[in-house]
Amino acid sequence: MAEQELGDAVIRRQIGGMPVPEFSETAWTAPPPLSEARVAVVTSAALHPRDGEGFTVNDASYRALDHDQRQLVLGHWSPNFDRSAFGIDYNVVYPLARLDELVEQGVIGSVASKHYSFAGNQPDDVATIRHDSAPACAAELKADGVDVVFLTPV
Amino acid sequence: MCTLAHVFEAAGLATVTISAIRQVAERMRPPRVLHGEFPLGRPLGKPNDPEFQHDVLRRALSLLECDSGPVLEDYPVEVVGEEEPLGCTVPPRFDPELAPAVDEARGLRKAYDRAVARRGISDVGKAIDADGVPAALDVLQNIVNGTPWKEAGIPGGHTTALANDIRAYYEEAALELAGAPNAGGRQAEAWFFERTEAGKLILDVRKALASQGAPQPVWFYMAPMHRN
Repeated sequence: MAEQELGDAVIRRQIGGMPVPEFSETAWTAPPPLSEARVAVVTSAALHPRDGEGFTVNDASYRALDHDQRQLVLGHWSPNFDRSAFGIDYNVVYPLARLDELVEQGVIGSVASKHYSFAGNQPDDVATIRHDSAPACAAELKADGVDVVFLTPV
Repeated sequence: MCTLAHVFEAAGLATVTISAIRQVAERMRPPRVLHGEFPLGRPLGKPNDPEFQHDVLRRALSLLECDSGPVLEDYPVEVVGEEEPLGCTVPPRFDPELAPAVDEARGLRKAYDRAVARRGISDVGKAIDADGVPAALDVLQNIVNGTPWKEAGIPGGHTTALANDIRAYYEEAALELAGAPNAGGRQAEAWFFERTEAGKLILDVRKALASQGAPQPVWFYMAPMHRN
């Protein structure tokens, strides 16, 4: 590693070269007009309430988070990213205050009653997420009337 | 993230994904991606900057107006992470009978408690709670001093979780002490690994575990991959 190379650059280069799951095609769903859309956040930061069930290593399950629950633990296991920013301002990972403001401004129709967190550290094939937990999460989002999912990575 | 986008979209939900590592999004081709060249761990770019966060959101949500995809756009402003150590002093040596990291961790406790009181929550808790940090550092010091890792009594039994908790304890205390509402991307991390006895100890423990023949997953994830 070069002496002056930033940590983010090293990690982007190394993770960027790792194997990724392949999808033969990209599905496409046309959303309703944004001003009518119900929006949810799904993050891979492994957020969970302090007293809630934490994430284990390689945990492929997810947690539902009430919209009003803002005191959350960043449960992600990886040491490779900045963990301090979420503690400074949760919106930098989980922008619920910003979405609430977009509702007030009439930009989006509504914000979902529940949002969801997965753990970003996963086995390379992400098979369980692909075939089990993500479809189950999608069903919960649809049951809440969600039209648009905003995905934030950690 | 990209896998979730594919699955959700196929289920009838429209998705917009913020990407942190462009090469991954390029290869996985989820429906709508806004790539943000921001410090890793900050998908909305900047903490405590609602205007910037709103601009990221606005540009991301504008991708919903596209008629077909996949579409991958770049957010036009790059945020380069500041990675020099946070300007935060470490506690002076107090009890010379203790290992330096143990003494130091005790000295940070009040700052940590103030941080928890202000925020109402802490990330410490995967393997140990805050009360367990000094004793955990003592165990790590013993491993560096030669105690075989399987006999050391690693609290919680998981080195990654333990390192995670010790680092969270320190970083939460440091942000409180430094009063740094706009700390850069890796400033807290740099302070921990470059300025504190505990951070240096964790890097030494990784080497000790590797030299003792511990499997790579036992030691590798105790610190970021760029800190050898």
